[in-house]
Amino acid sequence: MLLSKVPLHSRRIAANQIRSNARTSSTLLEPTAYSSSNPEPPYATLGSTTKLNLFSAVNSALKTALETDPTAILFGEDIAFGGVFRCSQGLRDEFGEGRVFNTPLSENGIAGMAVGYASAGGTAIGEIQFGDYIFPAMDQIVNEMAKFRFRSGNQWNCGGVTLRAPCGAVGHGGLYHSQSPEAYLAHTPGLVVVMPRGPRCAKGLLLSSIRSKDPVVFLEPKVTFTNVSIWLRLSYSHLRCFIFQILYRSAVEEVPDADYEIPLGKAEVMREGTDVTIVGWGAQLRTLETACDLAAKEGISCELIDLRTILPWDSKTILESVMKTGKLIVSHEAPITCGFGAEIVATMQQECFFCLEAPIQRVCGYDTPFGLVYEKYYLPDEKKNLDAIRKVMELSR
Amino acid sequence: MIVRSLKRLTPRTASSGIFSIENASQERSMSTVPLHLSRANNGMVNVLVKSTKVPRPATIVPVKKSKKIETLTSRPVQREAMPSHISYVGNEKMPITSNLKIVTPKDDTPRGIWPVFRMMDENGQLRGEALPPSIHSNDLSSERDLDNLRNVLASHHPHFASEIHSSSLLHTSAHEYPDMPLHPHNTLLRAHRQMIRLRKMDTILHNAQRQGRISFYMTHHGEEGLLIGSASALSPKDFVFAQYREAGVLMWRSFTLDQFCNQCFSTDLDLGKGKQMPVHYGSRALNYQTVSSPLGTQLTQAVGAGYKLKLDCQKSPGKEQAVSIAYFGDGAASSVDFHSACNFAATLKVPMIFFCRNNGYAISTPVKDQYAGDGIISRAPGYGMAGIRVDGNDIFAVHAAVQAARAYAVENDAPVMIEAMTYRQGHHSTSDDSSRYRDAEEVQNATDVSDPIVRLDLFLRQFDWMDDSIAMSIEDEERVAVLRAMEAAESRPDPDIRHMFEDVYHEKPPHLIKQEEVLMQHLKKHNIKY
Ligand SMILES: Cc1ncc(C[n+]2csc(CCOP(=O)(O)OP(=O)(O)O)c2C)c(N)n1
Ligand SMILES: [Mg+2]
Repeated sequence: MLLSKVPLHSRRIAANQIRSNARTSSTLLEPTAYSSSNPEPPYATLGSTTKLNLFSAVNSALKTALETDPTAILFGEDIAFGGVFRCSQGLRDEFGEGRVFNTPLSENGIAGMAVGYASAGGTAIGEIQFGDYIFPAMDQIVNEMAKFRFRSGNQWNCGGVTLRAPCGAVGHGGLYHSQSPEAYLAHTPGLVVVMPRGPRCAKGLLLSSIRSKDPVVFLEPKVTFTNVSIWLRLSYSHLRCFIFQILYRSAVEEVPDADYEIPLGKAEVMREGTDVTIVGWGAQLRTLETACDLAAKEGISCELIDLRTILPWDSKTILESVMKTGKLIVSHEAPITCGFGAEIVATMQQECFFCLEAPIQRVCGYDTPFGLVYEKYYLPDEKKNLDAIRKVMELSR
Repeated sequence: MIVRSLKRLTPRTASSGIFSIENASQERSMSTVPLHLSRANNGMVNVLVKSTKVPRPATIVPVKKSKKIETLTSRPVQREAMPSHISYVGNEKMPITSNLKIVTPKDDTPRGIWPVFRMMDENGQLRGEALPPSIHSNDLSSERDLDNLRNVLASHHPHFASEIHSSSLLHTSAHEYPDMPLHPHNTLLRAHRQMIRLRKMDTILHNAQRQGRISFYMTHHGEEGLLIGSASALSPKDFVFAQYREAGVLMWRSFTLDQFCNQCFSTDLDLGKGKQMPVHYGSRALNYQTVSSPLGTQLTQAVGAGYKLKLDCQKSPGKEQAVSIAYFGDGAASSVDFHSACNFAATLKVPMIFFCRNNGYAISTPVKDQYAGDGIISRAPGYGMAGIRVDGNDIFAVHAAVQAARAYAVENDAPVMIEAMTYRQGHHSTSDDSSRYRDAEEVQNATDVSDPIVRLDLFLRQFDWMDDSIAMSIEDEERVAVLRAMEAAESRPDPDIRHMFEDVYHEKPPHLIKQEEVLMQHLKKHNIKY
């Protein structure tokens, strides 16, 4: 059926018809096995909270993990004094140098050691200092960690591994302190890839990751670590764009003090809306929230979804939303080609092609390395996203 | 106690008002530490080894020019017996040797701890032996004649006669050094000036970052001697593969202050087109490969480049053999690339130098968390590689070691490892606060005994090539030169935005052409200026 040949009003009717058919036929609408067992944490009943930024929330999760699991160890470059992002601050004093320790400078070593420790029954939490430096560890991650269970016929596994790495742009990171490597990792069957958007979900997702039966790479958007005093140190030539970020990126949230988990493999609808579905993850969601606010001023209602787990990903939540709105935008910082957005778009067009009222848009980084002075032009910022929102609205009219 | 007036190496408020130190100095920073030396009343030069936890004053110690300037040679210098051992922070005590010996795979490896080759001690004296005060009465000082100096030094230090005679630091340059206003052919004085230039540039740019004028910086404080000492021992044709804390090598090869500043300020004149963070310099013209942040990667690359240089030379036998040199830290030596590079280079017989700057730390990680063995050099024999450990704070020893290593590499088609022992006086970078993981006392003690600039300064004072007023004017000139370069860079425009899509490939592929168009339309539509 060629929708473009059909007059617009009847196209809408057709789309609605198809949507309701799809609702009953798509296999994606079955519960996804990976996440169904764990419910969302009932925040209201979790008790006291503390205002934390993302690194303190990670610190709180690590502390909880070390307290509740005597086999858990925490290691990586510069971990002992608290880590360059202060995520392990105080933990060596509390849990001793046998459990919280510096490693020599080798990411491959960190990943391999984590695999071995986990294979012997322990919980290994390794830190890769920057997401950009996860690449030296890719052999251990892709060929070993991810295939450990499969290749042994499930005699062995390294589900006890969690590798944490900060990722994403910070305004002054250039080529090697800005990358978002989630798509490389997501191309790896056997791996779980997680990226929280803020402090509260970071703690719950990290605890789930550490306790997951599968190896997890946990990517922490470092822009959400950053507080105003650090922003103010930044380059003058970039200052304008940072002031914007200071205003719009509130880095602190109320985080429950309790031990809680957020299910992996489950997206979260951050804002409900009726006109356009927007999917993102990590720090990009801050940008997308702004874009949604701007769109709201123009009377456009956006549904914003935080994917949270990149692999295995929650297609069901997205599909349900797209069937409601008929329009989809996926946005991420990483380069557009083979970015994880491509996977989402491919799946959605296959599952609900006839529900779509406009071509799916991707608002992503360009296919260039991350050039220092070009960052503000490189980023898929709120303006580019707002343009995409307007565009799908126009095309569907 | 007299505070020696080797003036505090910090930028002072320039008369032009273009640089204000006030903000910067509020922050206690290891990198703005003055180079204080004390002199005991007996006239013997001591290096200040005073333990104190009091943070150093952040204000500038004014230098009274009216005071009678005392030089080292104006009083008898007391001889001190050569100490047998030396300590570097975090490492085992090491025996000192004054025998320049590249330990080859055929030799017995040193038993126990590898010795450190050193020529000049903390007082700037070769082998701890002062030149007699009479020597400045000859016309060494007025002529600044290196040939003459060499002869004097060699006759007073016969043990080092061959190092002295072959040291290119002690040879007049055939070409004029464009950055030497007064003694345009004097290699040694250029080395001294460049160390000060690097220190000045570091202090000023570090503070510029603190003021938010650049986004990032890394200083070389404490490592100037090993950088200039090694750079001056290489041929300009040799390929340099740096880690990131090696700007001195580039400086020696005539990279200008303007070029450094244009890179750090990401201007339209930055050779790297504003793509990388500050301090990621590179220069094709100067055979200096562009720095990349991922650690260790330069090591295997240096092997490949060295192999190419070897084949080039085999093809045209008359050609002078160039080598490649890879610089790396004690931290980067733990990388997988380090192992591959060493094993490749030794097995494939590549003429190259592995130059380790062992400065005691990799960010916060002390060397005791980095390795359990005897530093990095003890690994060389395991790879079947020649090696030598050297005092990295002694420019003469580093220079001699690199000259010898280079000669060995060329002659034997083989790699040589050099471990230069030093101390990172400053923070790891402007993103780091090293007071979180090391005592001020440790920094002060190590700095006071190991500063390479002080050491060379004291050496030069023995024969009146240096005194307070000369030192002061060099510092002033260099400070002003850096400030000028910084001011000029700061007023330059950003690189053209179109560079963003260039150099990804040799030719811009269609998808990038399209993406560029989309961005340009976007900027136009929203009236965004660039
Ligand atoms: C592969 C990789 N891992 C981690 C880092 C982060 N990092 C940058 S510098 C550094 C320490 C390096 O120490 P060292 O090699 O001793 O050099 P130094 O800074 O002391 O000169 C670390 C861990 C990196 N740049 N690359
Ligand atoms: Mg180091």
